[in-house]
Amino acid sequence: MSAETDTAQTETARTDTAQTDTAQTETAQTLDAVADPPVDGSELIRFDQVTKRFGDNTVLDRLDFSVDSGKHVTLIGPSGSGKTTILRLLMTLATPDEGTIKVGGAYLTHEERGGKLVRAGEKHVREVRKNIGMVFQQFNLFPNMKVLRNITEAPVTVLGLSKDEAEERARELLELVGLREHVDKYPGQLSGGQQQRVAIARALAMRPRVLLLDEVTSALDPELVVGVLDVLRDIARSTDITMLCVTHEMNFARDISDQVLMFDSGRVIESGPPQKIFSDPEQERTREFLGAVL
Amino acid sequence: MMSSEFFTTWFLPGIWITVQVTVCAAALGAVIAFGTGLARGSRLWIVRFVAGAYFEVFRGMSALVLMFWMFFALPLFGWQLEPLWAGVSALGLTYGAYGSEIVRGSLAAVPAAQKEAGIALDFTRWQRLRLIELPQAWPEMMPPFNNLLIELLKGTALVSVITVADMTFAGNLLRLGTNETTPVYTLLLVLYFVLAFVITRGMRMLERRAKAGIGERPEKRGGVGTKSGGVGTKPGGVGARSGARGESLPAGPRSVGGGR
Ligand SMILES: Nc1ncnc2c1ncn2[C@@H]1O[C@H](COP(=O)(O)OP(=O)(O)OP(=O)(O)O)[C@@H](O)[C@H]1O
Ligand SMILES: [Mg+2]
Repeated sequence: MSAETDTAQTETARTDTAQTDTAQTETAQTLDAVADPPVDGSELIRFDQVTKRFGDNTVLDRLDFSVDSGKHVTLIGPSGSGKTTILRLLMTLATPDEGTIKVGGAYLTHEERGGKLVRAGEKHVREVRKNIGMVFQQFNLFPNMKVLRNITEAPVTVLGLSKDEAEERARELLELVGLREHVDKYPGQLSGGQQQRVAIARALAMRPRVLLLDEVTSALDPELVVGVLDVLRDIARSTDITMLCVTHEMNFARDISDQVLMFDSGRVIESGPPQKIFSDPEQERTREFLGAVL
Repeated sequence: MMSSEFFTTWFLPGIWITVQVTVCAAALGAVIAFGTGLARGSRLWIVRFVAGAYFEVFRGMSALVLMFWMFFALPLFGWQLEPLWAGVSALGLTYGAYGSEIVRGSLAAVPAAQKEAGIALDFTRWQRLRLIELPQAWPEMMPPFNNLLIELLKGTALVSVITVADMTFAGNLLRLGTNETTPVYTLLLVLYFVLAFVITRGMRMLERRAKAGIGERPEKRGGVGTKSGGVGTKPGGVGARSGARGESLPAGPRSVGGGR
């Protein structure tokens, strides 16, 4: 990052605040909460006036929010409020119609060329995307690879690790998720909970700075949920990885989150520490939602 | 009926020619099928367009007429092909076009979620294709490729009309010489059937290997099991795949027992 870009960034940030002030009060409130002075490091993710539409359906409406490095942030909100869409935009599985997303100070889908913001090329996107890992609701392990290779393939092919290094890393991670003895199986031979833990290990093997978790336990039988959540708690406690998770497991959210963002109709309507949001929310909408899910 | 001399001078070499034409046309067809099939999924519209046009044109073309054209019309442009190669090219070009549809379709049938998982791990498009999409699509290609290969085998009889001495050509000669119409054509039918059967066996074996290679359980070997295997594998295969995506939880002593 050059000094120029840094100034540009600060300016963008300033315009944000200005814009939001004129916008709805709700959003202004939100932004204050989100823009707390960074405790654990700098700002890692920033959504700036991001709009996403599917046809006539505006799913995200000029969304602003940011996540600081090392924080565990949980997104909650009613079905269809755009939580998955946010994670998919970050993972570049979808592209914003308007606005920009920055990860670690670099634009995710745009590049600066000659002072102008243009759509980024694949090379740039991949470079920024290296910071991000994702665990899917349906695990999405590669059925054509055994567990070990599911985990080692990307570190070898994408990061250029040697096979030995990658395998050592994979074995450590399998130990972490409690599946050491399953290295040699195909995903189809594992239970859903085991598959999801492999998927977590696979994402971590890329050493991302941010881990995106989209309802990672909702495809699991109830008795398998605990194992996966325990692993995530472990990771949240023992690493400094930034987590952005969407979950309906409110107890889990309360345990691991530093901050909870409440979404509705494509906007953050409330945010704050979990104790506050879960026990004393300010917005009526949040209260209603929590009443329905808790 | 049939002199053994005739058999060794015409029929045996004829079988060999049929096999050669089938193998060469299949090889050419496979190259075209993969080239065109992959190109039809390209990000560049021009590549997609050219590949799509190739597919439409050659799918709509009669292999026999194309063969005539290559044999009789190409020389007018100063390019004389050996009859065998004219036949192989015509068959390879047309059957390759059909094959491209199999390749494109099987790749398109790989769940989008697999592609997304590949993106999340930062693979390039080419790496995703090579490591994820093709290996998963490959076993799905086997049964339709088997059908196509058998169609191709039977289609090779066309080369006899451009003077290639394949087994149909030998059969015609024999019929003309002996007037033993029924036995000759019965023999031909049986021969094509036997060759087709050999192809089917080979392809089943490839399919089994391919499935085992992606963790879908190879079905049991031997006797009746193998026969029903072709059909039985399908649902099993799909089950294993959706299992990997978590829509079903394959239960079993091994799966749940381990872990923590
Ligand atoms: N590919 C798509 N095409 C069209 N509409 C879509 C697409 N993806 C999402 N949507 C719409 O966008 C809206 C937000 O979807 P999203 O999946 O982000 O919600 P969510 O907050 O994750 O909901 P849930 O809690 O049910 O998972 C929904 O109205 C959905 O119908
Ligand atoms: Mg969702």
